[in-house]
Amino acid sequence: MSAILFRDVRLAARAGGSAMLALAFFAAVATLVPLGVGADLRLLAKIAPGVLWVAAVLAALLALDRLFQADFEDGSLDVVALAPPSLEATAFAKIAAHWLTTGLPLTLLSPLLAVMFGLETSGALFVSLLIGTPAVSAIGAIGAGLTLSIRRGGLILPLIVLPLLAPAVIFGAGAAQEVAGALPLLAAFSLVACVLSPFATAAAVRLNLGS
Amino acid sequence: MLRYANPTRFLQLSSALVPWLGAASAALFAIGLYLGFRVPPDYQQGETVRVMFIHVPAAWTAMMGYGLMAAASLVGLVWRHPLADTAARAAAPLGALFTALGLVTGSLWGRPMWGAWWVWDGRLTSFLLLEFLYLGYIALWNAIEDEARAARVCAILALVGAVNLPIIEFSVDWWTTLHQGESILRKGGPLISSVYLWPLFTMALAYTFLFFTLWLLRIETEILRRRARNALLAEGP
Repeated sequence: MSAILFRDVRLAARAGGSAMLALAFFAAVATLVPLGVGADLRLLAKIAPGVLWVAAVLAALLALDRLFQADFEDGSLDVVALAPPSLEATAFAKIAAHWLTTGLPLTLLSPLLAVMFGLETSGALFVSLLIGTPAVSAIGAIGAGLTLSIRRGGLILPLIVLPLLAPAVIFGAGAAQEVAGALPLLAAFSLVACVLSPFATAAAVRLNLGS
Repeated sequence: MLRYANPTRFLQLSSALVPWLGAASAALFAIGLYLGFRVPPDYQQGETVRVMFIHVPAAWTAMMGYGLMAAASLVGLVWRHPLADTAARAAAPLGALFTALGLVTGSLWGRPMWGAWWVWDGRLTSFLLLEFLYLGYIALWNAIEDEARAARVCAILALVGAVNLPIIEFSVDWWTTLHQGESILRKGGPLISSVYLWPLFTMALAYTFLFFTLWLLRIETEILRRRARNALLAEGP
């Protein structure tokens, strides 16, 4: 399980990896927003939590369709599925690796973007992303598992995953604005997603492997 | 119940039921619409209250549709029965249609009532998300060529959606109270007078019968389509 985790993290970090891409995408989307709505810092500070949350979700989605696809195409997923650790454990390791290479870097970058958006304190945003992005990885993994055998699965994945992520965005942006009660709800959603998702993901992957 | 899991028996039952269901639906629609036009205009909403008789049952039917789809998906996933898969698949476009009808009529009602075509109201927003869930389900089914696999994969999606729907509903309600206050829809609201309840329930029954009529027809069509394909394949080139 940890072997899969470290392998996926290494793959994402090295050449052509998705970690830097997701980070750059996050920053690029966040840069386009002021160009679209104007440079008024008060307005930007007001919309920053929501905008950065949406940008983070989109950036995390970017790397999702490769979560199982590369291993599926070269056949190593079949081997992993036959190996002793259950597919549920493997799915959990994959989710953790995805979070370590997208959610965590995005969270670490967020204080910088918060300053650029004129937010006075970025602590709430940081904590909300730290707690909420695992839910994005977990629910996204279900979508990645479901669309595994579709050749252009990356196109259909967002349509499936985004409606399911509405609670994460709502509670996440709420927590980033320090709305009372949002943070516990976000944590609850994140925990439930991380616990239940490996089972749904493993079931979906198993079906697509044809067993 | 399991007796009718056999496609041939199901076809017999369904073709016997469909005319009756359809006729009942048409009759109830006639009565419901007649009653709906006869009620006095509401003291606040005026004539637009009549939109409610079209709108509310559509929304109820859309939710029922997802429930039936998820139930059929569970049966298909656990007992691996092709008829349940077909039933789940057949329910999705109907659900999407009724959701769209609910959204459109809600928007038409909202224009004179709220002064805007679209308001980020809790129910409207969660219905929009429900529509996306339906569309994602249909898109996923169409994208997978192997039908048996598509059925299982979509069943998982339907069940994940069924688990997530109450959470979405709750989060959207939470979000609405956060952003909107209680300006438009007062909590509790004015209790519906019984004058309006009768047409509403008649229309709800009419919609339900309409859903079941169309659902059974779609399942029949799908069974026949598969048979026709198999016959064609058996015949060879």
